[in-house]
Amino acid sequence: MTAPGKIRFRDARVEMAHGAGGKASRRLIDGLFAPILFPSSTDPLGDAAHLSIDGARIAITTDSFVVRPLKFPGGSIGELAVNGTVNDLAVSGARAEALVVSYVLEAGLATEILEAEIRAMSAAAARAGVAIAGGDTKVVEHGKADGMYITTAGVGRAIPELEISPRRVQPGDQVILSGPIGDHGITILLARGELDIDADLRSDTRPVLPFVDALAKAVGGGIKWMRDPTRGGVATSLNELALDCGLGVVLAEEKIPVRDFVRGACELLGLDPLHIANEGQFLAVVSADRVDRALEALHATPGGECAAVIGEIAAEPARTVVVSTAYGGARVIDMLVGDPLPRIC
Amino acid sequence: MQFVDEFRRPELITRATEEIRRLADPARHYRFMEVCGGHTHAIYRFGLKDLLPPNIELVHGPGCPVCVLPMGRIDDGLSIAEQPGTIFTAFGDMMRVPGTKGSPLEYQSRGMDVRIVYSPADALKLAIKNPDRHVMFFAIGFETTAPSTALTLLRARESRVRNFSVFSNHVTIIPAIRAILDSPDMRIDAFIGPGHVSTVIGCRPYEWIARNERKPIAVSGFEPLDILQSIVMLLRQLNNGTAEVENQYGRVVPWEGNRAALKAISQVFELRPYFEWRGLGFISQSALRIREEFAEWDAERRFAVPGVRVTDPKAAQCGEVLKGVLRPEQCKVFGNECTPEHPIGALMVSAEGSCAAYFNYAHRKAAVSVQ
Repeated sequence: MTAPGKIRFRDARVEMAHGAGGKASRRLIDGLFAPILFPSSTDPLGDAAHLSIDGARIAITTDSFVVRPLKFPGGSIGELAVNGTVNDLAVSGARAEALVVSYVLEAGLATEILEAEIRAMSAAAARAGVAIAGGDTKVVEHGKADGMYITTAGVGRAIPELEISPRRVQPGDQVILSGPIGDHGITILLARGELDIDADLRSDTRPVLPFVDALAKAVGGGIKWMRDPTRGGVATSLNELALDCGLGVVLAEEKIPVRDFVRGACELLGLDPLHIANEGQFLAVVSADRVDRALEALHATPGGECAAVIGEIAAEPARTVVVSTAYGGARVIDMLVGDPLPRIC
Repeated sequence: MQFVDEFRRPELITRATEEIRRLADPARHYRFMEVCGGHTHAIYRFGLKDLLPPNIELVHGPGCPVCVLPMGRIDDGLSIAEQPGTIFTAFGDMMRVPGTKGSPLEYQSRGMDVRIVYSPADALKLAIKNPDRHVMFFAIGFETTAPSTALTLLRARESRVRNFSVFSNHVTIIPAIRAILDSPDMRIDAFIGPGHVSTVIGCRPYEWIARNERKPIAVSGFEPLDILQSIVMLLRQLNNGTAEVENQYGRVVPWEGNRAALKAISQVFELRPYFEWRGLGFISQSALRIREEFAEWDAERRFAVPGVRVTDPKAAQCGEVLKGVLRPEQCKVFGNECTPEHPIGALMVSAEGSCAAYFNYAHRKAAVSVQ
């Protein structure tokens, strides 16, 4: 974190990379937003803020969705908006209770498309067990907003067994990943039709709350940190963890689940699956003595069959994520730099 | 994943590294240059240096097309793209390469229409889809990518697409290797030869290096096992006192090259008398320009370009790193003023640039640079 109140963001203009969820996003938030908006806060910024109101622990979060195309195999912007918000609350250790939604609509948008997205949100909310409590609508000129942008805010109740904070993370703790990575980002990339690659691949958008619930029940306080690795991928989320806890993360490459097709597409396009966005996966750091029970609980939850331990926390190299290969080599993996897949969530 | 996993199998890699340790004479220091930026990237990405004995030094060569491009060429290309109604297209690699007034991405954030394409054919398609705009493709690459640019230009002529042009920065590999060998501060024992370039030009053009310069060459693939096998080949040759061209990448590289691709190149391109390379200076007959008969699609002929020579920022020592005289981390600005986010030189930008590869995969302080 930046020293309170000190503005360190020096870029002259906002560029696409500042919204890609990687290094530039972090510089923008830590260097410009945080010193002005939260000058006295010393806590690392998480996916949701936890507040205490009259003794009740409440979590609140907000998210915007600017994905193009609006509909893609396995999901659409409306579904993404609900799941994304519910998931931000879930990985902060809270159960979503209600959402409010704002739509920015482009003049000329077919009602049919809008109705489909409203219905998709309603269905996703029912699936995630969360109420949509209100909303707002604005319309902008034709040619802006790519059809529609959606902004949500979500409020939830903290799950009492959980205490999620990078400060609790210690060397030896284990890193769990819920399932195969990269499906969402690669699906969106292909859905744009610019690559002439066809594949039977679907976005993984889904609520992760059932997994968080299962983990909370099985190991409770043994969970120290969680994150849904959306934009910037697993590499960016874990680099943020490494910076926030001051320790190193050592991953074993062969243990990271990646579908063959995603791996193939990444090889072709020169991308690293660890930098590709996900919408239905999460990372958890669990103390070593509870990791078996945690995995058992995830494996018993539908959709969690591929959950795996992919690495562990180490004292060195501090503030760094390293991937070790099965044959004894190792590489550093940094946060996403730049913007390989624009506008994917 | 077929054709990839077989070349990353731990037991085979272990066997190759054992062979390397057995062959390397502990009393000797070996300097092997991997010419191609793709190899540099693979060496760092797969952590291959961790597997080699310390007396085998891998020196990064000039085979990164983005890196060797002088800044003036980027400025020239961007000046064309500034003309109203133009769409600037290029490979993703080019997007963050700094020109004097910013990178293509920075131009984009100021409102210029800049798009990433995955092949020149996609740029041509874009032109067909947007008949009221002019689409310019900023072409880069060695003989690897020149055939696809050539075929695209042939197709543009055939389909009479008039709103499309190519700004050619295609370069050729052999003169660059010659320049490295002529450089007095260069002490290379052998070469890991470029793989993708050789799918087009074949292995024969390297024979003079082996013969006249007495340097063994192994044309190599890009998987960990490929590179380790090539090192085994080079060590065997040095131990036996031979200097030959060997084709490790035989599953992809034909000894005689790809005739159809070479034909397309010669139909569309001719050698420039000379071309400036970053770090290596002017090298004669080292680059391709578009032939007169395709003038209509040649951005350099069609538009006035400033053609100004821009000297590299003094602080960055890109030239020394490109020639293999300095290692990336020995450059004065490496990792402080020059990072992948704020690159001073192209070597820090391209996926094939040795500085970017070193910074991303090996530089232990990488994650600390977030302020």
